Amino acid sequence: MSPLPALNDPMLPRPFRIERAWRELSDTFSLYLVPQKGAKGFAYRPGQFNMLYQFGVGEVPISISGDAAEPLKLVHTIRAVGTVTDAMAGLKRGDVIGLRGPFGTPWPVEKMAGQDVVIITGGIGLAPLRPAIYHLLANREKYGKIIILYGARTPNDILYRRELEKWRGRFDISVEVSVDRAGHDWAGNVGVVPNLISRAVFDPLHTTALICGPEIMMHYSVKALNTAGIRDKRIFVSMERNMKCATGFCGHCQYGPHFVCKDGPVFRFDKIRKIFSVREI
Amino acid sequence: MVSPVGAFAAPVITDAAGLGVLVAALGVDGRRVIGPVCRDGAVVYEPVTKLSDLPLGVIDEQDAGVYRLKKTGDSRYFAHAVGPQSWKRYLFPPRQSLWSARRRGKGFEIVKDTPAPAPEYVFLGVRACELAAINIHDRVFDNGDFADPGYLARRGRALIVAVNCTRAGGSCFCASMNCGPRAEQGYDLALTEIVGDGGLRILIETGSERGAAIMAGFEAPLADKSDLAAARDAVRIAEEGMGRKMSQGARKALGKSLDDPRWDEIAMRCLSCANCTLVCPTCFCTSTKDLTSLDGKTAERQRVWDSCFTLDFSYIHGGSIRRGTAARYRQWITHKLVHWHEQFGMSGCTGCGRCITWCPVGIDITQEARVITESFVKGG
Repeated sequence: MSPLPALNDPMLPRPFRIERAWRELSDTFSLYLVPQKGAKGFAYRPGQFNMLYQFGVGEVPISISGDAAEPLKLVHTIRAVGTVTDAMAGLKRGDVIGLRGPFGTPWPVEKMAGQDVVIITGGIGLAPLRPAIYHLLANREKYGKIIILYGARTPNDILYRRELEKWRGRFDISVEVSVDRAGHDWAGNVGVVPNLISRAVFDPLHTTALICGPEIMMHYSVKALNTAGIRDKRIFVSMERNMKCATGFCGHCQYGPHFVCKDGPVFRFDKIRKIFSVREI
Repeated sequence: MVSPVGAFAAPVITDAAGLGVLVAALGVDGRRVIGPVCRDGAVVYEPVTKLSDLPLGVIDEQDAGVYRLKKTGDSRYFAHAVGPQSWKRYLFPPRQSLWSARRRGKGFEIVKDTPAPAPEYVFLGVRACELAAINIHDRVFDNGDFADPGYLARRGRALIVAVNCTRAGGSCFCASMNCGPRAEQGYDLALTEIVGDGGLRILIETGSERGAAIMAGFEAPLADKSDLAAARDAVRIAEEGMGRKMSQGARKALGKSLDDPRWDEIAMRCLSCANCTLVCPTCFCTSTKDLTSLDGKTAERQRVWDSCFTLDFSYIHGGSIRRGTAARYRQWITHKLVHWHEQFGMSGCTGCGRCITWCPVGIDITQEARVITESFVKGG
């Protein structure tokens, strides 16, 4: 047996150039990447992630947050919360980072055709869901009602605010945004996102829910969805764990019997219900 | 790679001198023979070139948190049980370079040297539990979605000379994991030491064509029925001498006892030191290390063994998932005995007993599994 050629090595980052870098929120930014060699684009499915490498600093898993129908425009939205992401916050047009991917399971956007869709998300959890939203909007006629329920800490922490406002102005989807706290100039909801679920109108027997956010928020969202009559098999959540390899070898992302990197990050909820409420698993 | 035992060459019987000839024959054609040698008060796996390198008459006293070598008049070369190391050290080295990168203009280029051909190892003295562990890693490192080319290359070239255990170590429980003490398959050659009135005799069985090729130049009488029976009896002594066993039903019980109060009780003893994971022949978790030169011009990424017992292991922004020792011990034991089955279709434990021996506070996986299984059975 001879070693596989390096080209097929999933551990080898490919250099990507920053075509554009922009600030989204005080601690959050987006990078639009193009392959440094051979601009053939980058095929991925909504919900998948890449491992991004900052030269000499390290590597982090980041969900792809652009439009999968535009493979030439590869966008990641990143929150600066550690050494690697802090370093990435300083990247400018023309800089180069390494990329491995795409990895992981996608949102089941094709399988939920014909259904009502409820998207429940909080904070930067909107980023991994945005490719799914783009897909739904681009194929609007294939779906029933589309409901987006989004939560942020304050009005200043609303990610993709302009897009949310634009979607909110459409007659074919419904968008509700809730914040934990707000001043007098906030006319929207105040409170946690799961509270928005009981007010949303959908056909519980023919609805698929996609959730991404902190685990405690996903926990109460699932509860509210179950109360509204949506079964676990129609609920999909995106999980987050430490990852070093994204190929099922490093063991860090283990979640009960699952490897979040390759069996997830998107899980059908009935597959993880038993362990979801176990603390520190 | 592996064919039914006995399909190659008939078993032969030899003596200590014959074993010496075999050790020499294994090391020709550029092969690197690795076998048990005594070093720093332990039996470790190191290069072996001649018979006298092997730990003749050495016995290890093992118990929970206890390991002592004892020199005896025993005529066996493999009377010891498994030591702190396992073959994963060679097939899956503790530190591997993944690639390096050089800064170039605003960017950088990744440099991956064509890897040197994998060494052709001969593993001499692979016990049944260790064969089982290698078999497990074959599955782990070719997981259906991705394969680890380095592992597969080293593994594909390695020649395995198994040794059937004729003495149980104090922490062994392979029989209850159906992993030993007899090596049933997956070896190129298998040795069984038989101590009788005429001194040490060694039965050599051939399990592959590569094993047969080595045996082709080896002159020894064919083993007769009484030799085979004596070898079986010798292994039976090891089987019957095992003082520990894994509880039947542990898989189900542990999987349904994630909230058991016993985890907190274990955490009061467990130091979260990671010894068990490092001596375990099947633990495969790794981390990556990014090394940068002082001038910032070159960077290297390495893959190093890691352990689920560290706080960093499960860190995501905001904190670690498994903050408590209870959660970390639970992760380790449920991964071995429960979730491994779902991930790889097999148990992650082979009953080698290393985690028991090398635990500084003597936590015994069989005992903890038994307590939780019994309380589950009672409660359920």
